[in-house]
Amino acid sequence: MSDTAPAQEEFREYCRRWLEENRPPPTETPLPQAAYEVTYDDHRSYLCDWQAKCYEAELIATDVPTEYGGHGHDGFQAIASAEVRRAKVPYFINWIGLGMTAPTLLIHGTEEQKKRFLKPIFTGEEIWCQGFSEPGAGSDLVSLSTSAVKDGDNWVINGSKVWTSLGALASWMLLLARNDKDDKYNGITYFLAPMDTEGVTVQPIHKMTGESGFNEVFLENVVIPDHFRVDEVGAGWKVAMSTLTSERGAAAGVGAVASSESPLTAVLQVIELAKNTRRNGQPVWDDPVWRDRIVKLYERTEASMQNARRARIKSLNGGAMRMPLQGKLVGSEIGQELNEVALGILAMRSSLYVGDPNAEADGKWALGYMNTYTGTISGGSSEIQRNILGERVLGLPKTK
Amino acid sequence: MTQPRDFGFDEETGMLKDAAARFFDEKEMVVRLRPHLAGTEDPYRGNERAPWYDEAAWQEMKELGWNLLAVPESAGGIGMGLVAAVAIQEEIGRAACPTPLTGTLQATFLLREASLLGGAGADHALVKIAEGMSMALGIFGEEGSPELDATGVTVDGNRLTGTSWYVQDAGKADAFIIAARAEAGIGLYLVPRDSVTVAQDRIVDLSRDQGRVVLDGTEADVIAEPGEGEAVLARALPAILTLIAADMAGAAEWQLQATAEYAKVRTQFDRPIGFFQAVKHPIVNMMIAADETRSLVYNAACAYDHEPEDALRCALLAKSSASDTASFCSNRSTQLHGGIGFTWEADVQIYHKRQMHNQFLFGDGAWQRQKLAELL
Repeated sequence: MSDTAPAQEEFREYCRRWLEENRPPPTETPLPQAAYEVTYDDHRSYLCDWQAKCYEAELIATDVPTEYGGHGHDGFQAIASAEVRRAKVPYFINWIGLGMTAPTLLIHGTEEQKKRFLKPIFTGEEIWCQGFSEPGAGSDLVSLSTSAVKDGDNWVINGSKVWTSLGALASWMLLLARNDKDDKYNGITYFLAPMDTEGVTVQPIHKMTGESGFNEVFLENVVIPDHFRVDEVGAGWKVAMSTLTSERGAAAGVGAVASSESPLTAVLQVIELAKNTRRNGQPVWDDPVWRDRIVKLYERTEASMQNARRARIKSLNGGAMRMPLQGKLVGSEIGQELNEVALGILAMRSSLYVGDPNAEADGKWALGYMNTYTGTISGGSSEIQRNILGERVLGLPKTK
Repeated sequence: MTQPRDFGFDEETGMLKDAAARFFDEKEMVVRLRPHLAGTEDPYRGNERAPWYDEAAWQEMKELGWNLLAVPESAGGIGMGLVAAVAIQEEIGRAACPTPLTGTLQATFLLREASLLGGAGADHALVKIAEGMSMALGIFGEEGSPELDATGVTVDGNRLTGTSWYVQDAGKADAFIIAARAEAGIGLYLVPRDSVTVAQDRIVDLSRDQGRVVLDGTEADVIAEPGEGEAVLARALPAILTLIAADMAGAAEWQLQATAEYAKVRTQFDRPIGFFQAVKHPIVNMMIAADETRSLVYNAACAYDHEPEDALRCALLAKSSASDTASFCSNRSTQLHGGIGFTWEADVQIYHKRQMHNQFLFGDGAWQRQKLAELL
C-alpha cells in the first residue's frame, strides 16, 4: 500500500511471517465451513487454542486499549484481520464475542463489565452466543416476548430463544428480554446472561445440511444479577441495533474473522472447477453461457470488495450507512448464486454429498450451497435488509 | 505498483467533483435541452433533430480548465489523472449533459498513450486540446461491432478515404481522431472538422448526437503510424471504457434518486407507492447495482493511474457492471414511474435512452465479460 506508514508496513510483514510460521496442523475431521457451525468438542478446543495463540500474537484486539486486555495499537487491526483472511488459517471460534459482545461493551458497557468480560472474549476462554430471535420473533424482532422481571437486585427471565449458534459451547449469551409489555421499543432490556445458570436448557436444532450448528435455548426462572444489565433498563432495542450494525462494521474493530474463505477465493475456486470439469468433451469454462454467469459473479465479488474500500471514504460513500448496510445482503446473495453455479457445473456429480468417496471436494459445494441460506436469512433476512436500506438510506415510507 | 486505498481521490479531486456537481445542478441541462427537442418527437413526421449543446456552458467549462484537466503539463494542461476525469464524467452522466467534453476527455487519454509511444503528432494534438479544441473519436466500422480494428477507412500516405461510423457527438467536435487502415496496420489521424463531411445519424438517445465522418482523400495529421495504432488503442481502451462507465454510474444514480423521490410522492391505495415492498425492494436493487458500478469505476480509474498492468482487467469489470446496471436501472426507473415514465414528458426517458446508448458503446456487459474471461 503506497499510502500506509512504514510502521504499518512493518506490522503487516510481521503478521505474514507469524501466520506462516504458526499455521496450525489440520484437524482430524474437517472443520465446518464457518465458525457458527462448530459443534464438536475436539474442534472447540483446537479452535480455542488457536484463538488464544493469535491473541498472544496481537492479531486479535490489536487496537483495543491495554486496560481492557487489548494490545493498545492504533490502526493495526484492519491489517491483522486482512492478513488472517489472506493466510487461509482457521477462523476464530468466538466470532460472536469478538464481533458483537466486545464492540457492544466498548460502547455501552460499564467499566466493570469491560474489565470483567473483554479479555476472556479475546483469548477465547469464554465463548459467546446471541439470544435475540425467538420462535415468535424473527424478522419482526421487536415483538420478542421473553420476559425480564425485576426482583430486588436480580432479574428473573422466562422464555425461549432460537437459532442460537454456538449455544451448546457458549458460557455467555447476549440476551434481549422484555421488561415492559406495553412499550414495544422502549420495553426491552439488554443482559449478559451466564449459560451455566439453573433454568437454562440448550437443545440442538439440526439444519437442512444435517449439521447441528444452532440451538433452541429455554430460559425458565433464570436469575441474572442487575450488574449484568447493559445500559439503561428499556434501552435494549437501541443497544441491539448497535450490536447488529457491529456484525459488519465494528466487528472488524477487534478482529472477528468468522470464515476462513474470502469471497474472492470462492469465485476463483469456481473458475478452477469450470476449467477442470468437462461437458460435451470440453471444459465447462469454454461454454460461453456458463462462463458469462461465472464472470458476472467474479465482477460482483470484485465490486463488493471495492464497495468495502469506498465505504471508508467519506466523500465517495454516499453517507455513513449506505455501503455498510449493503454488505451482508449483497455478499450473502452473491455467495448463494456462486454455490448454485458450482452445483450446475458439477451436474449430476452435485448429488454426491459429504462422506461420499466420489464427491468433488468432499461434497463441499452442496454443503456450502445449503449453508448460504444462513447468510440470506440470519441477522435480518434479505427482505428485511431491503426494507432497512429503502427506509434508512433512501427515505422510503416505513413498512411498519 | 499498487493502488492507494483512497482511489487516489485526493482533496483536489474531491473539490473538483463537488464543483462539477454544483455546476451541472445549477445548469439543469435537461431543462435546457428540452426546447431543442420540441417538434422532433414524432419518428415519422417530426422535424430533424439538430445536434445541440450549450455553447456558453462549454465556454465556462473551458474557463474552469476541465477541457485540459488531463492534458499533460508539458502540452499546456493541468496533468491530472483518470480519477479526476472520471469525477467530472460521472457528473456529466448524472446531468445527462450533451457536451463536447465527453469526447475530448476520451481523445485526451488516447493522445496521451500515443504520445508515450513516441508520436510527435500526438503531442501537437494535445496542445490543441489545451488551446480549446474539442475532439471526437472515429474508430468503428458500419457493423457497429466494438472491435478496435473495425475501421472501414483506409489511408494512403496521409490521405484518408472512407467512412468512419458511430462517431459520438460528431456534430459538436472541432476535430476528429480517425482510425484508418494501411498495409502495415492501423494508424491514427487527426482531421479538422472543416475538411470532412459529417452526416448525422438519427439516434434514439436525445442527450448526444452521433454521425458518420466521410473522408475522400482527406489530408490528415499523423497521430500514430500504420501498425502503431493498434497498440495505442489497446492502451487507451481502459481509460475510454472507464470514462463511459463513469457517465453510466452518474446516470444510474440519477435514475435511483428520481425513482425513490417519485415513490415517496406518488400515492395509490392511500399510500405513497414506496411503502409497498414490490416497489421498495426493486429501488434498493437499483441502489445495489449503481453502487457496485460506482466502486468498480473508481477502482478502474485508480488502476489506470497507479497500477497500469491491472488497468484493463479493472476497466472491463467497470464497463461490464455499468452496462448491466444501466440496463437494469433504466428498466426499473421507467416501470416504477408507471404511465408517466413511458411519456416523452418525463425525464426518465431521457436517461433511459442515454443509458441504452452507452450500454452498447465499446461493447455491452457480455462483451466485456468475454474479454475478462481471457484474463482469468
